[in-house]
Amino acid sequence: MRIPIETFRLPNGLFVTLSEDHTAPIVAVNLWYHVGSANEPPGRTGFAHLFEHMLFQGSADVDANEHFELVQRAGGTLNGSTWLERTNYFETVPSNQLELALWLEANRMGKLLPAMTQQKLDTQRDVVMNERRWSMDNQPYGTWMEKLPALCFPAEHPFHHSLMGSMDDLKAAGLSDIAQFFATYYTPDNAVLSVAGDFDPAEARRLIETHFGPIPRGKGKPPLPDMSLPPVFGQWKREVVPDDIMLPRLFLAFRSPAFGTKEYYAASVCGAILGVRNGSRLRRRLVRERQVAADASAFTYDLAKGSDLLVVDVTARPGIPAEQLEQEVADEIDVVVRDGIETADVERAVALIQTSFVSAMQQAGERADRISLFATYFGKPEMVNEELGHYEAVTHDRVNEFIRERLDENNRASLLYVPRDAESVELVSAGAEADAQ
Amino acid sequence: MTSTAIDKSVRPKPGAPREYHFPHFERRRLDNGIELVVASVTKVPLVTVAILTDAGAACDASGHEGAAQLVAKLLLEGTINSDGAELAERFERLGASIDAQADWDSSSVTMTALSEHLPAAFDLLGEVMRTPAFRIREVERLKGERLAELLQLRAEPRGLADELFSRFLYTPSSRYARPEGGDERSVASIDREQILSFYQARYLPGGATVIVAGDITADRAEELTRRALDGWSGAAPGRVVADDLPARLDRAVHVIAKSDAPQSELRIGHVGIARSHPDFFAVNVMNAVLGGLFNSRINLNLREVHGYTYGAFSGYDWRRQAGPFVVSTAVKSDITDAAAREVLLEVDRIRAEPIAADELSLATSYLDGVFPIRFETTASITAALAVLVVQGLPEDYYDRYRQRVRAVTVEEILKAAQNHLHPQSMQMIVVGDPSAVRAPLDKLGFGPITQYDTLGQPSA
Repeated sequence: MRIPIETFRLPNGLFVTLSEDHTAPIVAVNLWYHVGSANEPPGRTGFAHLFEHMLFQGSADVDANEHFELVQRAGGTLNGSTWLERTNYFETVPSNQLELALWLEANRMGKLLPAMTQQKLDTQRDVVMNERRWSMDNQPYGTWMEKLPALCFPAEHPFHHSLMGSMDDLKAAGLSDIAQFFATYYTPDNAVLSVAGDFDPAEARRLIETHFGPIPRGKGKPPLPDMSLPPVFGQWKREVVPDDIMLPRLFLAFRSPAFGTKEYYAASVCGAILGVRNGSRLRRRLVRERQVAADASAFTYDLAKGSDLLVVDVTARPGIPAEQLEQEVADEIDVVVRDGIETADVERAVALIQTSFVSAMQQAGERADRISLFATYFGKPEMVNEELGHYEAVTHDRVNEFIRERLDENNRASLLYVPRDAESVELVSAGAEADAQ
Repeated sequence: MTSTAIDKSVRPKPGAPREYHFPHFERRRLDNGIELVVASVTKVPLVTVAILTDAGAACDASGHEGAAQLVAKLLLEGTINSDGAELAERFERLGASIDAQADWDSSSVTMTALSEHLPAAFDLLGEVMRTPAFRIREVERLKGERLAELLQLRAEPRGLADELFSRFLYTPSSRYARPEGGDERSVASIDREQILSFYQARYLPGGATVIVAGDITADRAEELTRRALDGWSGAAPGRVVADDLPARLDRAVHVIAKSDAPQSELRIGHVGIARSHPDFFAVNVMNAVLGGLFNSRINLNLREVHGYTYGAFSGYDWRRQAGPFVVSTAVKSDITDAAAREVLLEVDRIRAEPIAADELSLATSYLDGVFPIRFETTASITAALAVLVVQGLPEDYYDRYRQRVRAVTVEEILKAAQNHLHPQSMQMIVVGDPSAVRAPLDKLGFGPITQYDTLGQPSA
């Protein structure tokens, strides 16, 4: 399958991609701003994400909470999300509502600030603090989302700090921060707009020029520091996290090649071999045969700057202590490093990747999002049509090369969650032993 | 707030809508009783196949709850020909993603594969349905995994609130009062013999439906189905009807103690109505206004006006018998009572006075407009056809859906709220810190408060 892509750039710098598909009367509008938590200055962690919330609070011609209402009244779905390297906003609407979606995005890109008030900021700050409690603080293992990057990236690196932000930093954010952040990053020359689905390209172009054309270009954004890192950690980094949980769980991370590079695809296939679906190596060995794990999976962060992370995520079966879990996982990885993987492993992984790619591309919203991703990170939306070819070109030799270079002991970071009660029991008994001596 | 300053005339008007029809589907009956439903959609070279059997969790024998889910999952853990590891490998080398599950009303094995691999993958699917091995080792392992899941739940406030909500909602003898996947005692009691006899009694082609959606013709789908399921025989098993009586008719508060919890997981609701109820459309639209949409009354009140929560929603769980109606949210511990009060006020308000025309049009135009977006994938079309089959909906249900939604009136909504929301028999479940929530909830005066531990045993 080939996804059609047409591109153009407005004089103000906005990069636009159009992908037609008239199967159903549906169109997706997808806007990526090239700003994420990595761009936050010290003392302002969580700001990119808080800002995402503020973009749903209205603009010059849209009342508070009207953004959601207007899209839903039009029969559309919508949301936004924040990541380390980007923030995106998207809606899928009936195709006769394309102009509404474009107008809404243009209105908040061009005229957000007149609508910002202290009251809106205070409310969204409360909402975000509740989101933090809900997704991290009151959720077993929830803190892994901020602890793993903190463990894997050096303190001064832009990927080190928490995306959700600290409560203190969130409390300190004021309206002037909002204004400055907006002026710096929410500009047409720092954004990619993708439209996918049922539309007429000439008409779409006209609408985009009408609504986005008048928005002035930005004044440029501060450059990110050098993000490059050595290919390996150079040690086995370890952190043990006592948490209110019942079963130990291990996140074992490996520094790996940046998203989009040729080497990335071998790393991604390696991840699928280790931990995607029932036939994967870790599921078969640890869940099915050894029965020491209740679940096992693997994934990549898909970071495009500097280096990426490949992460193995394994939860213990009841009765398996944390130390044993870590040892069992490490032993399996050691076997993979020692013996390598085979052609059949690669074939299984690539076949699954093919099916899930084609499945995802059925949806206009997914197509638009994937195109925006390649356009934002690399300026090359056509990479969406090259992805499967890159996967199909991965050989077992290349995966084994990746394994030799990246999976051994000098490139591991383990974040090990242990039940708090078990730990206190251990501490007590360790203390008793010390007393006895 | 500043609505007077907003010039609404600058907003774009929609163009003429393009017509949309739910994918055409064909139904056929095969010799061994299997019903075949095929929707040909040719956008991408992909096909989803689901095999449904009348073997949902409602069929679990008393004391052995969880058997239906174990049987469904065990289908993928080995056939007479292949052990579990080899079976997974055979599917995945074809790129076929396959999952099996049992919900309340049916069990399903669902597979998605690229068209080029479909014939081989379909044959394997047939092998799974016809010749599961149920090896003791795999039975015991899956039981262990379910017990691990239950153990995890004790520390997971969200899942715990959902599970205990059902327990406090339904009369103890109701299947709906127990978790779909069974509890510690019932799962431990299930052995291979029970698994095998459940399979033999309920996995019968006479009660089975094969749904195929994607890049395939009905004739080809029939050919592949016949080939894959050749030799599978048996008439439809009898229908099992779940008891859906409530545990009590008066209000009560159930506090599940999780000390030092930074948030309270809150569930407020009661036994709802069956999917087949004639008020389905009015109730669905009423719920959209109350708490089904982002801009619903409950979410706007709790999240956008008060900043109490990241989100608050209400919903009916549609089953053959009456599933729960529940309002769900997570709020900071110290405003648990205030959040509960706002939820109750919203329930009272929608029962007391007609909703505004504007609110009705938001809900109906959303449900109407979003309809085509719900069926972009072979998997979602398959799921929609499964609902049609399992709930016995009319053949033209999806063709008439949008018209039925648009026809709902303000009066019908008021009536639906008055008839199907029951503030006097609501149960409130709070998973949270008792030292922070008990006294304020007591003052709220909703109902008698009982405190439990995370296993649901009364405590303190």
